[in-house]
Amino acid sequence: MKKTSSSRRTPLPIWLAVVFLFTACRQHAALSAGLFPDSNVVKGWTKSPEVRTFTPDHLSDYIDGDAEKYLKAGVKSTSTADYKFNEKVEVVVDVYTMSSPDGARSIFESEPAMDAQTPTLGDAARLYSQSLIFRKGPYLVRMIAYQESPQLPPALLDLGHALESKLTR
Amino acid sequence: MKHMPEKTRRDFLRDCAIGALAAGAAPLAFARDVNPPSASQAKSKVIIARDAALYGSGNNPEAARVEKLLDHAMQAYSDSTDPVAPWRKLFKPNEVVGLKVNTIAGPGLSTHVALVEAICERLKQAGIRAGNIVVWDRTEGELERAGFTLSNDPNRVRIIGTDAKDVGYDENTLSHGVVKTRLSSLLTRTCDAMINVPILKHHIGAGVTLALKNMYGVNNNPNQLHGGNCCPAIADLNMLPPIRNKFRLVVADAMTACFEGGPMLKPQYAWRYNGVIVATDPVAIDQTAWNIIEKKRAERGLKTLPEVGLTPKYIAVAANPEHRLGTDDPALIALQEV
Repeated sequence: MKKTSSSRRTPLPIWLAVVFLFTACRQHAALSAGLFPDSNVVKGWTKSPEVRTFTPDHLSDYIDGDAEKYLKAGVKSTSTADYKFNEKVEVVVDVYTMSSPDGARSIFESEPAMDAQTPTLGDAARLYSQSLIFRKGPYLVRMIAYQESPQLPPALLDLGHALESKLTR
Repeated sequence: MKHMPEKTRRDFLRDCAIGALAAGAAPLAFARDVNPPSASQAKSKVIIARDAALYGSGNNPEAARVEKLLDHAMQAYSDSTDPVAPWRKLFKPNEVVGLKVNTIAGPGLSTHVALVEAICERLKQAGIRAGNIVVWDRTEGELERAGFTLSNDPNRVRIIGTDAKDVGYDENTLSHGVVKTRLSSLLTRTCDAMINVPILKHHIGAGVTLALKNMYGVNNNPNQLHGGNCCPAIADLNMLPPIRNKFRLVVADAMTACFEGGPMLKPQYAWRYNGVIVATDPVAIDQTAWNIIEKKRAERGLKTLPEVGLTPKYIAVAANPEHRLGTDDPALIALQEV
């Protein structure tokens, strides 16, 4: 039977849902991008323009098997941006937005503290020679440097404080 | 591309049929020259070469030392004094040889470019044309982030991701046990032979990741295969004929490894093992990897993997009579440190 043109039309509610989802994703991506301090807001730190955001369905594209842990803890979205410290040390900053503070806490506490320093930052923080992890409310923030530098730990902490100020509980 | 004949669908199905016959007819290990040993057979050889000065005073291993380390390992593996001889024995000059690297964790915990360059150099000296060497992983973005420079120049070593234009996953779906998947066409069609170049890591799902788990980067749905400590999925995936038939060698990057927090880099759990590990039996090398990680965990005061619910069960399953991908029996592994 020949279909009429009206029967091939996508129903209005579906269009509205598509537009809503598209808008919501864009808004979420924009909000996530706003979490990351821009270049030179913190001395010595330069940010790459791109912020990548992963929904739970696509988190394994970014962190492979690690994704399971975050999914179980209720991750809602993950955003990541690259930085350079003193134009030399490459650092990746991940912000995991969980559905509740318990989710952020469970991830944080699942990782052995080893020989971490525990600076005052967010609700809890651990600082190492090449990395910083902290949580604040439903957020878990991880900063990882790919090279070592004696100036790095205090610099990570400076960037951490700048990022923390943008996180709302 | 003319220099690199792509396989047809018929070739692919023929390869699968041969693999299925082989799997049913006899124990078939990773490489052609090594079968999983029984009590009367030779042991599976695993060579660990280490160099305490590998990194010098820098953040990256020194290329010349990496090349020497690779030669040391390969020559010990093949009892050869010639650094090129082992490669001539494993690969024919007319073959397209792939190197499956592991780059998901970024620059700090991915297969090092220096090791890949050293392998490519020896392959070229063994008669493989540069354009017939394909370094690959699942995405080009990950390769670039790990420090590789993409190339599709037919006169140079190709460095390419499965997500590149005109590559993708084979249209044929393959199954074994719990695994139903499509494999990268770089494995099924482009390459005749493969070298597995994984990196030694703890893995939050599987316990340990090295040779067998690196195959999660060759298929289209690894995210569906992480349940139950990735077991039996890892073993089942490695049973698929293109994987069983084409992978001939494991050259594991154990220069920087991690004993906790893997598979992604968390520098507080990484350490410089300063090693390259060579084997043709993927089960024996994974069993060896498990021992190395447990030793480091003990040194750092951490519980064993079984104690934290992360027994790498897939290793024993890969060795069982249903899979026979190699041996996990320490008595049948000839481990040599050089």
